[in-house]
Amino acid sequence: MQFSTSGGGFDIENVWPNLVLDALGSTPKPPKTIAIVTSKFPSLHFISLGAREVAKKRGLTEVLFLEYEFGNRDFGPIASRLKEAKADFIWFGAGGIDGVLLLDAMKKIDYQPPMHFYMFPAPGPMVKTPEARNALAFTTFEEHPPFTSNPRAVQFIEAYHVKGKAAGMPDVSVDLLASICYSMWQTLEVAANATKSIDDKTLAAWLRKNPVDSIMGRLRWDGPQNFIEGKDLYKVKQLQGGKWLVVWPTEFAAPGAKLIGN
Amino acid sequence: MPSLTLLGQSILSGVFIGALYGLLGLGLTLSWGLLRQINLAHFALVFLGAYLNYQLAAAGLDPLLTLAVTAPAFFVLGVALHWLLARYSVSPLNTLLVTFGFMVMIESLIQWVWTADFRRMETHYGNVRWKVGELYVPLPELLTLIIAVVLASAVWATLRYTDLGKAMRAASEDAPVAAAFGVNEKLLALLLSGACAAFAAVAGICLALSHTMAPAQIYAWIGVVFAAVMIGGLGNPLGPLVAGIFIGVSEALTMALIAPAWAPLVSFTLLIAFLLFRPQRVAA
Repeated sequence: MQFSTSGGGFDIENVWPNLVLDALGSTPKPPKTIAIVTSKFPSLHFISLGAREVAKKRGLTEVLFLEYEFGNRDFGPIASRLKEAKADFIWFGAGGIDGVLLLDAMKKIDYQPPMHFYMFPAPGPMVKTPEARNALAFTTFEEHPPFTSNPRAVQFIEAYHVKGKAAGMPDVSVDLLASICYSMWQTLEVAANATKSIDDKTLAAWLRKNPVDSIMGRLRWDGPQNFIEGKDLYKVKQLQGGKWLVVWPTEFAAPGAKLIGN
Repeated sequence: MPSLTLLGQSILSGVFIGALYGLLGLGLTLSWGLLRQINLAHFALVFLGAYLNYQLAAAGLDPLLTLAVTAPAFFVLGVALHWLLARYSVSPLNTLLVTFGFMVMIESLIQWVWTADFRRMETHYGNVRWKVGELYVPLPELLTLIIAVVLASAVWATLRYTDLGKAMRAASEDAPVAAAFGVNEKLLALLLSGACAAFAAVAGICLALSHTMAPAQIYAWIGVVFAAVMIGGLGNPLGPLVAGIFIGVSEALTMALIAPAWAPLVSFTLLIAFLLFRPQRVAA
């Protein structure tokens, strides 16, 4: 039995692309055309394939679809093809540093995409990349209200900053991955305290019946999968003024932050 | 049908990345071809050079001027590495294993000092690019190409036309006979190994200028650079550059005309083709 604290829903290849396109649909000038570029890394790839289907269903015209292998070194030709495709919106199914590499390659040919999304980018290097302004990405937690209204989250952020700086980490912001990892500890802690046990089966039986309130939100494992369809904890963040701010859904948006569209 | 701009920009991109393949392969081909050492630690030295460059540039030094510090230091490292391999008479095949160990150690050192996080060197070079017709030429990549061409040509000319180069080639061909003619094979080998490591420092600068770095990325370059070195011919300083550009342009055109996912197949397909149809060229 597994108790994922990733915060992802049951059919994320459907839910997550809809989340992003819902966000873009709220802008005064929603995109009409989309270019999808994706790594073939499995977890990124199948969500991007889902994005193709979702975009089609929502009436967006796909002007380019490209796949590249994990570990690609040269994004120059991909950037050139994106520039020629002139899409209103680029969905980049990328993880880690790929987003920065693509932005670098686009900068070199003087191309700034109108609207651009990066699935799981390395957040620190993106912040330091001027061309990443207004980039969108997934998150479950950022260091601003309403997330920081939870005292436990504030405590974690402070400890994370101190330890991260001491370890020489170049970026010590708590976001997606850090919040997922901390939620894992919270889940174990809550279950162990409630059952007064560290026996696997006892903990698992308790978690099947009881939700856990983590810093990301309420985690539960009582459905056929980890979450019931459409109830996942993912949000869309945008890089605004050198900071990642949640912009969608609006009830989780940073104070005063609004999605900047085309 | 792809536009001429897309084709031209992709070819340019291929030339630039190919130049970096060639620069990374320069030290490798010399140590493999002339010293009979398959030096995997060369890749780690390139990254160590890149990180040192990043650190010194962060302290305010111009990235190109950091060579004044890194190249001599790496020369000494290269000499030490060769002394160690020679001291224990490590066979060519075993150099692969030993230097793999060194590569892992250097990677760990980099990770210990700079962490596993991505690092990106911010310099004024990164923002400079020129528009030539419809094509864009970025300065860091252009610098890499110029440095690769100049360095590979200089090494080629040195090996071909100078007494030092001739002595190195003679020692590599037949050390006892060369020694009989007064060639100090041991000293030349130390010099060459030091030079190869210094070339790694140069490649490190070019890598840091145009790429984001993480310790684990060391491994991403090995396959394609090995292919460039083997296609270019072992011990031939111009070979990896020409082969690297050939591979780079082929990869770029594959990405532009077919699909980016096919690009990684290019280098190894070309290598297999060369091994099948021109094995004597690779062996040379």
